[in-house]
Amino acid sequence: MDIRPIFAALRKHRIPAGLIVLEIALACAVLCNAVFMIGQRIGEMHVPNAIDEAGIVDITVQGTDPKLAAADVPRNLAALREIPGVTAVAAVNIVPLSQSGWNSNVATGPGELLKKNTPNVAQYLFSRGGPEALGMRLLRGRFFDDAEYADSQLGVSYLPGGHVALVTQSLAERLWPGQSALGKQAWIGDDNHYTVVGVVADILRPDRNGEGAAGFHWAIFLPLSPASVLNTYIVRSNPGDRGRVLRDGIRKLEALSPNAVVKGQTFTEVRDKFFADTRSMVGMLALVCVVMLAVTAFGIVGLTSFWVGQRRRQIGIRRALGATRGHIMRYFQTENFLLTAAGVLLGMALAFGINVYLMQHYELQRMPMYYLPAGAIALWLLGQLAVIGPARRAAAVPPVVATRSG
Amino acid sequence: MFAYYLDLALRSLKRNKVLTALMILAIAVGIGASMTTLTVMHLLSGDPLPGRSQQIFYPQVDATPAGYAKGGPLDMLDYHSAVDLWSAHRADRQALIANSEVKVRTPDVSLPPLMVPMLATTSDFFAMFKVPFRYGSAWTAADAASRARVAVISSDLNDRLFGGADSVGKILRLKDSDVRIVGVLQTWRPSPLFYDVRAGRFAEGQTSSFYDKPEDVFMPFFSGLEVNAGNFWQFTCWGKVATPGHLQDAPCVWVALWVQLDDATKVADYRAFIASYAQQQKALGRFASTQTRMPSLMQWLVFNHVVPSDVKLQTWLAFAFLAICLFNVIGLLLAKFLRRSSEIGVRRALGASRGAIFAQCLVEAGVVGVVGGIGGWLRTLTGLWLVRRQPVEYADLAHLDLGMFGLTFAVAVAASLAAGFLPALRASGVAPALQLKTL
Repeated sequence: MDIRPIFAALRKHRIPAGLIVLEIALACAVLCNAVFMIGQRIGEMHVPNAIDEAGIVDITVQGTDPKLAAADVPRNLAALREIPGVTAVAAVNIVPLSQSGWNSNVATGPGELLKKNTPNVAQYLFSRGGPEALGMRLLRGRFFDDAEYADSQLGVSYLPGGHVALVTQSLAERLWPGQSALGKQAWIGDDNHYTVVGVVADILRPDRNGEGAAGFHWAIFLPLSPASVLNTYIVRSNPGDRGRVLRDGIRKLEALSPNAVVKGQTFTEVRDKFFADTRSMVGMLALVCVVMLAVTAFGIVGLTSFWVGQRRRQIGIRRALGATRGHIMRYFQTENFLLTAAGVLLGMALAFGINVYLMQHYELQRMPMYYLPAGAIALWLLGQLAVIGPARRAAAVPPVVATRSG
Repeated sequence: MFAYYLDLALRSLKRNKVLTALMILAIAVGIGASMTTLTVMHLLSGDPLPGRSQQIFYPQVDATPAGYAKGGPLDMLDYHSAVDLWSAHRADRQALIANSEVKVRTPDVSLPPLMVPMLATTSDFFAMFKVPFRYGSAWTAADAASRARVAVISSDLNDRLFGGADSVGKILRLKDSDVRIVGVLQTWRPSPLFYDVRAGRFAEGQTSSFYDKPEDVFMPFFSGLEVNAGNFWQFTCWGKVATPGHLQDAPCVWVALWVQLDDATKVADYRAFIASYAQQQKALGRFASTQTRMPSLMQWLVFNHVVPSDVKLQTWLAFAFLAICLFNVIGLLLAKFLRRSSEIGVRRALGASRGAIFAQCLVEAGVVGVVGGIGGWLRTLTGLWLVRRQPVEYADLAHLDLGMFGLTFAVAVAASLAAGFLPALRASGVAPALQLKTL
């Protein structure tokens, strides 16, 4: 099909044509970036967390007498273990994604804290049975033995006096890249160091703490005999039982410590709370994308309809001179294709520019290049869909219109 | 004349109802989206302490070992530096603050115990930050000096425990101590909760927790530390903590100091004062570094990137969206006006000036703007309702104030007049003769 007449016609409508091009360009740019952000956030919500998320509930006991709190731990664990359906229990200091930080910088040798850039790491402490209660997955080495739990008392600086630790795979890779972490020493401060006895699949930390996406998996696990800091109980059961287990667990602990404040939740609730902001942002971005595409489509429909109305006579003449309905349809479709093409070319450049700007000013990564052609194709399709209606109406103009004036 | 133009505009708009509806809808969604995000932005980036914030400063010194605090002093102070600076009383007003969670029970009310956030602070806090009281008042300097067991509670906690009645004189059991209530605050919701803002640069843009509610219990600093001893958490430590939770002598930062300095001379004097304090402490061997910093309140908020980056992104997005809607409306108006070229030609031939045609077209665009503005306002209200249902700390703040309400209409009308300008200009450029020929 000869596209020269289309250019000639568009040249007569430079401003509306330019506007539609700009609209498409902007829509393309926003679409690419918004879809990219949606993908990023959905990815963030699905980062692996190798614990039994569906089977865990956590119950926190606060406000007990700190002198007695340590003695309460074995009693509370025993009570929780009795609940029918419970497969494992343990007391921990913090829970993944709970947004209460317990972090230390971990080094590979003494005195490195001030010299080297050491990673900020979430520090999980747990009583005997911790790995089983959380459902941790061991990749290399071993979990702790009973003696290692019993020998580890809470010392100064909230650090256990034991000498063994588990680390996540990501932390092992950060501290000892390319080497086996087993048997290595992890230093916290200049006085406490722990031998790594096992590497576990990646578990999330309680909060982000400025270490970026990679640091989200930096965690170290230390055994601890009952202590007042172990005031959160992890109770594991079948996912189907956990609602009842949670209710029973809260009731039991409240009865055991009448003056304490007992709060519990399923891990699913913990996760939902942590990602609530992210989820609402995803919803908002998706809504904007849909409404924006609808507005753009309606804009194309509106403008093309006008052009069809304006050119009824020319269409009639063309029809009278032998153009088929298909020719007329294709004319408008091609016109739309050219306009969209100009729009997406500009739009892809703009999308790239916006991404670079957002990378500099916000916590955003580089958009993979395939988003650009994907966005372009989406708008091409949208344009073609939007133009079908008006083009049909154009094709329906009877040749006899040519003989009428006006 | 205007009435006639209005009549013309309405007739023209009625002639093509679908198109008119499209234009109004485009303006309404564009305005709705951008004004919703702008309102949220406005609420989150505003001055939490209007009229006073310029006089509020956040002095910082560095008690860490050499090489530890590379990017300037840490976000909070160690206990000794904080108390030294505070006891010097060199500022017009000054408040120490330390955060903790405390267990609350009431002897008179049979409610299960609660854990609530508590702020240990000094008596200037309330006057300095213009905190409004519903009942009673702040504690006195004498109360603070005698380490009296007194407290001020939030209106929220007062509602929960005492059903909103005047509870001054009543007793609260905080952890293991009986504490007398001396004041109940009115609803007080600074946005952000500026005096607790810190560590924003580690938050990776997720800063909505800065917009949380103020604490429920306020106690005199030193009695608060005694009553809730063992429950104070460090911001960070660089050495051994002998007894966790008891941080007075620990190598940790966990106390903040806010000062009010009423004029520039006093600000300069105070800067010199903290600099000399740091020098003196270095000479004594307690400090390794003499670095100090004293941002003003607003500078501190900027330094901590208080506005969540998602909110900023949403605002950008909404304005890009508004631009798309406007391009849309311009295109449609242009097509519409130019399609009526022959009618305009007749009017020009009958003596209408270019100005008159221009005005007529602009009135038509303006009508679209006003109706679109009403639609946009409704959409803004819907949008803010949606924001209020989101699980974020600032959700309850999202309301349209009078200023933003007016701005919504102003933006809607301005946007559609701007959108109408180019099409109207083109329409008024139609030559009478040419169009008459084709009739």
